[in-house]
Formats: sequence, structure tokens, C-alpha cells
Amino acid sequence: MGKLTVSVAIAAALGCCWAAGAQAEDNLKVGLITTLSGPPAVLGQQLRNGFSLALKQLGGKLGGRETDLVVADDELKPDVAVTKVKALLDRDKVDFVVGPIFSNILGAIEKPVTEAGVFLISPNAGTSTFAGKECNPNLFVTSYQNDQVHEVLGEYAQSSGMKKVIIIVPNYQAGKDAAAGFKHKFTGEVLDEMYVPLGQLDYSAELTRIAAASPDAVFAFLPGGMGVNFVKQYRQAGLADKIPFLSAFTVDESTLPAQQDAALGMYSGANWAPNLDNPQNKAFVDAYLKEYNAVPATYAFQAYDTALLIDSAVRAVKGNVADKDALRAALQKADFRSLRGDFKFNTNHYPIQNFYLAKVAKRPDGKYETEIVKTVFSKYGDSYAKDCPMK
Amino acid sequence: MSSTLFLVQVLNGLQFGVLLFLIAAGLTLVFGVMDFINLAHGVQYMLGAYLAVAFYGVFDNFLVALVLALLAALAFGLLLEFLVFRHLYARDHLDQVIATFGIILFLNHAVRLVWGAAPLTLPVPEFFTGSISLMAGLHYPVWRLVIIAAGLGVAALLYLLVSFTRIGMLVRAGSTNAAMVSALGVNIERLFMFVFGFGSMLAGFAGIMIAPIISVEPGMGTNILILAFVVIVIGGIGSIRGAFVAALLIGLVDTLGRSFSVDILRLFMAPSPARMVGPALASMLIYVLMAIVLYVRPSGLFPARGR
Amino acid sequence: MASTLAAEAADPEPPRTRRIILPAAIFLILALLPIAAALTHQRYLVDLATRVMVYAVAAVALDLLVGCGGLISFGHAAFIGIGAYAVGILSAHGIGDALVALPTAIIAAMLFAWLTGIVCLRTKGVYFIMITLAFGQMIFFVATSLAPYGGDNGLTIAARNTIAGVALLKSDRAFYYFTLICLLATYLFCRALVASRFGRVLRGGKENTTRMATIGFTIRRFQLVAYIITGGLGGLSGFLLANSAEFVSPAYMSWQQSGELIVMVILGGLGTLHGAIIGTAVYLVVEEWLSGITENWQVIFGPLLVLAVLFARGGLLGVGAKLRRHLAEGDGNG
Repeated sequence: MGKLTVSVAIAAALGCCWAAGAQAEDNLKVGLITTLSGPPAVLGQQLRNGFSLALKQLGGKLGGRETDLVVADDELKPDVAVTKVKALLDRDKVDFVVGPIFSNILGAIEKPVTEAGVFLISPNAGTSTFAGKECNPNLFVTSYQNDQVHEVLGEYAQSSGMKKVIIIVPNYQAGKDAAAGFKHKFTGEVLDEMYVPLGQLDYSAELTRIAAASPDAVFAFLPGGMGVNFVKQYRQAGLADKIPFLSAFTVDESTLPAQQDAALGMYSGANWAPNLDNPQNKAFVDAYLKEYNAVPATYAFQAYDTALLIDSAVRAVKGNVADKDALRAALQKADFRSLRGDFKFNTNHYPIQNFYLAKVAKRPDGKYETEIVKTVFSKYGDSYAKDCPMK
Repeated sequence: MSSTLFLVQVLNGLQFGVLLFLIAAGLTLVFGVMDFINLAHGVQYMLGAYLAVAFYGVFDNFLVALVLALLAALAFGLLLEFLVFRHLYARDHLDQVIATFGIILFLNHAVRLVWGAAPLTLPVPEFFTGSISLMAGLHYPVWRLVIIAAGLGVAALLYLLVSFTRIGMLVRAGSTNAAMVSALGVNIERLFMFVFGFGSMLAGFAGIMIAPIISVEPGMGTNILILAFVVIVIGGIGSIRGAFVAALLIGLVDTLGRSFSVDILRLFMAPSPARMVGPALASMLIYVLMAIVLYVRPSGLFPARGR
Repeated sequence: MASTLAAEAADPEPPRTRRIILPAAIFLILALLPIAAALTHQRYLVDLATRVMVYAVAAVALDLLVGCGGLISFGHAAFIGIGAYAVGILSAHGIGDALVALPTAIIAAMLFAWLTGIVCLRTKGVYFIMITLAFGQMIFFVATSLAPYGGDNGLTIAARNTIAGVALLKSDRAFYYFTLICLLATYLFCRALVASRFGRVLRGGKENTTRMATIGFTIRRFQLVAYIITGGLGGLSGFLLANSAEFVSPAYMSWQQSGELIVMVILGGLGTLHGAIIGTAVYLVVEEWLSGITENWQVIFGPLLVLAVLFARGGLLGVGAKLRRHLAEGDGNG
């Protein structure tokens, strides 16, 4: 018989299962593509949780239509993401693709999704590539343009009179973008730009250099485990009380459970914080805590907002998602109550929103969160929008 | 660039090297004695850290957590040996690669199911929370000194064990010719079990010691595994002495490379391209080192077997 | 090096029919798949199968090196990456024709294989594994620092390569058959190589280098040629991958990718070439299927691999051979 025949039989059976697995034809279908394996899985989980929570609170319906959510794991591999997205488009016939977390995955899936005429809504990745010349009518971003967050810290450093700063980022594209974003607004002296290998564990060499150079502040973009390590070691080396710590995506609600007290008092920049003062956000944070026993981070709230956005758009077209132009116009209008208060799309489909300086603090219930210190940018659009041909 | 800065970076390099030795020691032992490629060494290291976090959560005492986690790591290593690895000693290296690769996939994810995907932390034991001032503005955590001491201690222990005890003699003999040792009447299965269990404990110990300064997360063993393999290959497979020398060498090269690559390049080119090229070169440095060593000495610096 | 060889030795020259029927069956199924997919409205299966075939090209080449030559390369993904980036970089500069991109991809990969092979082949055993890994990592870091070509964000390719100016590969169906032809060509080429004198020398070197030297063969030269050929075919795989996803990224050349390729080759059955195709198909399809069912697929997939190694000696084809022998013996006795 041979294993080959068995494999073929299995494949055929699978094919039939897939075909039979088609759910109710008139349901709205949303495909969620995010990273659910490996260390960054915690971010993908937040994204999925945020979207699912919104869907649950809306009674399983978006825009009044019953919604089926299909979740796919891109495993942080671009070619796997392309295959999964094509499956979402062909097999599951999704009306919307929501995701991903990472910029390189967005780069890979933008083409297949938009060329298929389906709307791609990114609740996290916000590369500059698609904000400028390569903006796309079928692509919407509900997070931010990556540079903007780094500009917050640059602006704060500049306006606080800091003169000498050291930048430390991972040696990959997002890291380089972070350094560039910071320098857009900070015109003082950058004593050193440290590009560390992705996944580096031990920062003693870098911390020594920082101590020797004695800057007015350190700007760090070290996501995930890298941020946990750096923050812990920064505190252990005694630098946390001496040199102000400005950061982006380094001390956020996904890493704070591990950083705990080591991160107290450190600054970050964001378009939102759990303590943003409006009723819908308070309700969201409470509901998220109750459901998932964790403080939500930006990945969760942006996914929640994405669900609300889709809900509002589908409602505006009265459930008729086949009319793409009307749907696009409804999405562009963004007529929903965002957790961040005001929400508007720029001409390039990236948001115009406020940006805040936030500080790490301990909550009364013992968990950690970032809390808003002040507004740094009001109704801020990104700098690439002018290159986008869409008007 | 002052001499103090340089000396501190050398200390950092040595500390990183000692840490690498802790991880590589178990790997080279298992590989040298049993000719077994254990890719799962990285997850055993990760498991040690997770177990320490778990026990600390229950008992709130680092020492208790350390001992219990070591015992649990040993138990788990023996379980793996009994269930899977025992059947693979006679097999091809390739089969061992795949089986241990499968175990990595399973454990990386299982750890996530049990403890969640978010990074966890283990606090430094209170006795060692201080720091000493190395230079202006820089404190060196005492815990890092503890790690260095622990690493040197393990190195000394292994040296004594291997050179002066009966079991060490059997390990060295088994490393050279396992069949002969078995023919001479030694229970080679028990020897292998002992070596593997000891290797697992070493991996777990490394994980526990490093947990207070880095994040404990699924997949934390993967990058360190590659470095550990580079160490044992440069050092010579099966040689503890080789692993020690190679680990220190790599720790120094990597740390000094990262610290000073940009400065050195700035002697030849403008600051901006130097900043781009420097880190890329620094990442490649240990691989270049390995290539050079293997070109000159294709079996590593101190090959234990007659390879 | 005991038991997998033992399994192979037990079935050294499989009956002529199996050597032809099984591979023929595989290619027949692959050829008919798009039709079946269209009939059952599962068009995306074509995309999945294309990805399987793209990696199968690399796996068959790796099987030549590992199974025939006994050289376990842990840096094979580097050649795929080089081939893919050749396509990407040319496309970024406006050159989008396959007649330029394909030779460039293959030749660039072969060049890298030649330069690194000279160094790598001085070592053997696990040292060879590590040094191939090292070179793979070096190329990976170079690619991540290529900021003008996207760095690790990757680079989107404007459109699939044209052939002599004609956009023949644009439709997924056409590209599928193009890939199938490439796979078939790779398979036949490697098979001819294995059966030739060159192949026999390689296999002799795998078993006993000293003996080959005594007969008068400088085995290293043959190994270098094999390494270069394998590299070139890896470049072909990269060319196909870049065109399939219309995207290139350094992730294509990570060491994890190299590891997965080795697993695919072993899973099918080392040294049989068509086993590599089966192994690739099973690995990628099971991964795809399981990850669709649950996000905890690795908890199942990991132990499956372990079980496969423990019980399926000689890979899936080995299991098949054993089953066949059991059935044959059963008939004889009954």
C-alpha cells in the first residue's frame, strides 16, 4: 500500500472536510492573520483577544450580520502568511482580512489581499511603505504610522531641553525606522546609536557604554523579550535613577508583567494608554481584565477598534458588503466611537490621532500599566501622507 | 575610550563567556560521551528557568526554588532519556536531529500552554541584590559576580569529576570508545543515563542562574542553543577544557566586537555607514571565528575523541 | 551511522516497478491536482501545492547531498535565499524577465556554494554541519542589513517574472505547471546523477573515504561538485519561491528553515529523491492542516515527528517498504 497512498487518501479526505466545512453562506466572514507561535505569540494573542472581545460584546455580529471569525497563524514567516491569507481568501471567502502584527508580514500579504479586492485592515503594523507612494485604497491601518510613536519621544526630549541622547534599537528595519523617527523631532546631539542583534540577551556591554557616555536620556526601542532584558538590566546597573529612560514598545502591557518594578517611572510614547479618560475605554479595560486577567496593551485596543470600525462600516452599507465602493467610503468615514476618543483617517488611510507621553505605574490591583502624563501631539497625521496619490 | 571602559567590557565578555560555558558544558558532555546531538538542550535550559519561576511562586525562596527546579530538571531529563533518547543512541545523527527538533517544537509550545506566552521574571535572591560600583555611574550587579563564580565552580567541579573519579574515568573512556567500555563489563546504559541526567541538570542550572537577569519566555533556548553549538564546535566536541576556552573566547569576541566594532570602523569610514556596517559585522563575528578555527583545525581546538 | 543505513540495505535495489511507478504516481497526482482543485472549488490548494513543489525542489537537491553524498548541510536555506534575492534585487531595478533572473539566481547560488564549499569540505561530521550553518547565518545577516532592499521587512516584487517579455507566469495555474516542470527536471537530473559514475563515487565516499582514495578518487573534488550542484538547485528553488509569493525576505534563509528542510528530506526516506518530495508534501500539508485546526498544533506536530523517527525507520518510504515485505511474506506463508 505504501505511505504515499495513505497520504493521498488523507489529503483527499481533508479536501472534502474543507469543502464541507463552509459555514452558513450569508454570514459575514472576517479572517484574522496574526502571529500565534514563538515568543511574539503574546502580541498575537492580545490582538485576537481584543477583536474577539469586541465581537462578543456586539453579540457575535458586525454591522448587524452574524460574523464568522477565522484565525490564522502566520508563524512570523512571510511565505506561510501568503499561503494562509490565500486560503482565507479562496477557501473561507472572507470579506475582511484583519492583521498582522509585524511589518514584514504586512509587506507580504498586502498584495494578495488588496488585489483580490478584499479589504485589509492592519491593527498594528504601520509601515511607511504603504503610507506614501504605495498607499492602497483597500488597505486601512487602525494603529499608527510606525514613525509617529518614535517622534513622540523625540519631541519630548527636544522640548524638555535634553541635549545629549543615546539611542539603542535592534538591528533590523523597524529598529532603523525607530532611530530615524526619533531624530525627526530631536535635533540635539545623538551621542551614539547602538544597533544590537535581534534577540540579544545580555546588555552589559551596552550599559557600560551608556554609563561611560553619561547622556541626558536614553531612547530605546526594544520590543518583546529584548525590552524585558534591557529594562531589568538597566535597573540592576543602577542607571534607572540616573538617566531618564524614554522608550517605544519597550515597556508596554505585554512586557510589564515580567519587568514589574524594574520599569516603574520609565517613559513611553503611545496613541493610547489604559487610563485614557473616556467611558468607552474604561469599560473596555474592565471587560478585558475580567475576560483575560491581564491589562490590555495597544495590540488589544487597536484590534477592538478595528472590530468597531468594521461594524460601523457594514452597518452604513446595510450589510451589503458586495458594494466595495460604498464599503470603502464607509470605512473611510470611520463613524464609530473609538476607544481613543476622536478618530479620523488621513487620505492615505492611516489614522490622525493624539499621541501621549506615558509613564509606567503600578495599579491598585498589583498589575502594571502605562499611564498618560501629557499629550505630545494633537490630531497628528504622518509625514508620508503627502506622497500618497489618494485624495 | 578609556582603559576603564575597556576593562569593564573585558569583564562583561568574560561573564558572558562563563554563562555560555554553563550551557555548553552539558551539551559537549552528552555529545562527546554518547555521540548524541541533543538539540533539545536549549529547551532543557528553558525548562530549568520556568521550573524555578514556578517553584519560587509557591515557596517564595530562591534557594528552595533552585534545588527543587534542579531536581525537577533532572527528573525530566531522565524521563526524556527513558522515553525517547535511549532508543536513538545507535541511530544516525540525522534521526537524532529530527527527534530532538520534534521535542523542541513540543516543549516550546507546552511551556506556553502551562505558563502563558507573556515573558516571566524571577527576582534576584535578596542576599545578592546589591551592586558594586565599577566606574563612574555604572553599577555591576552582585548577581552577575555570582554567575561568574558559579560558572567557575562548575568548571572546577567538572574537571575534578572527570580527572579524578572513577565515573569520570568511565566518561572519558566511554567518550573514546563506548563499545570497548561495554565489553569490559561496564553497564554502559547506566553510564549514559548518568551522563545525560547530569547534562540536563547543567542545562537547567544555567537557565535558573540566568533567569533573574533576563526574561523567561517560550523559545528562549533557541538562540542560546546555536551559540552553545558554536562553542562546543570551536572547543572540540567532548572536551570540557575546549568548551571552557571556547566559551570565554566567544564571550570576549562577541562582547568586545559589539562594543567597539563601530569605533574601530570609524577609523576607516564615516560615522553613518560605520553605524550600519558595524553591528552587521559584529553579529557575524563569531561565525567568522568558527569558520577560521575550523579551517585551521577541522576538529576544533581540543578534540576529545580521535576525530 | 547504524540503523537508517540498515533499513536502506535491507531494500537496496527496490524492484524496477516501484522505482518507476511511485515517482510516476507522484507526478501524475501533482499534474492532475489543479483540475481536482478547480472542480471542488478549492483553488487555494493550488497555492499550497505550489509551495510544496518549490520546497520539494530544494529538498530533492538536499537529498542528493545528504543521502547520496553523506554531507549534512545545515545551511541549505541560504541558497534558496540567494536565489530569491536575485529575483528581488533585479526586480527592484526594473529587470523582470526570467531569462535574466533565473540564470542569475542559479549562478549566484552556485558561486556561493563554490566559495563556501571549499572551506566547509575540509571538515566532516558535525563540524561540517556547524560550518554550513555558520555560512548560512552570515548570508542571513547580510540580507537583514540590506536596507535598500527592505532589510528584514522584506521586499515586495512588482510582478512575477516574464518569459521573454510575455507574462506567462501571471496566472497561478500557469505558474503551478511551470514549477511542476522545474521539479520534474530537477528530479530527473538528480536521479541521472545518482545513477551515474559520479553518483557511485559519491556514495562510495559516503561509506568509506579511505577506500575511495585507495582506488584513486579525490573524493573532495566530487563532493565539491555535488555541493555546487545542490547549491544551484537551491537557487532555482529560491527563484520559484520569490515568484510564488511575490515577496522576498531574510526569513527564507533562517537556520530554522534549513532545519525544516532536513526534516523534510529525512521524513520521506533518505536517498530516494522522490522520498524528499513525499517528505516535503507530508511536512507542509500536515503543518498547514494542523495549524488550521488548532493554534496549539506544535504540541501535536512535535511528538508526531518524534514518533516518526522512532518507528518509521528509513522515513515514510521505509515504512512503505516494510509494509510491502510484510504483505509479501504473509502471502508466501498463507
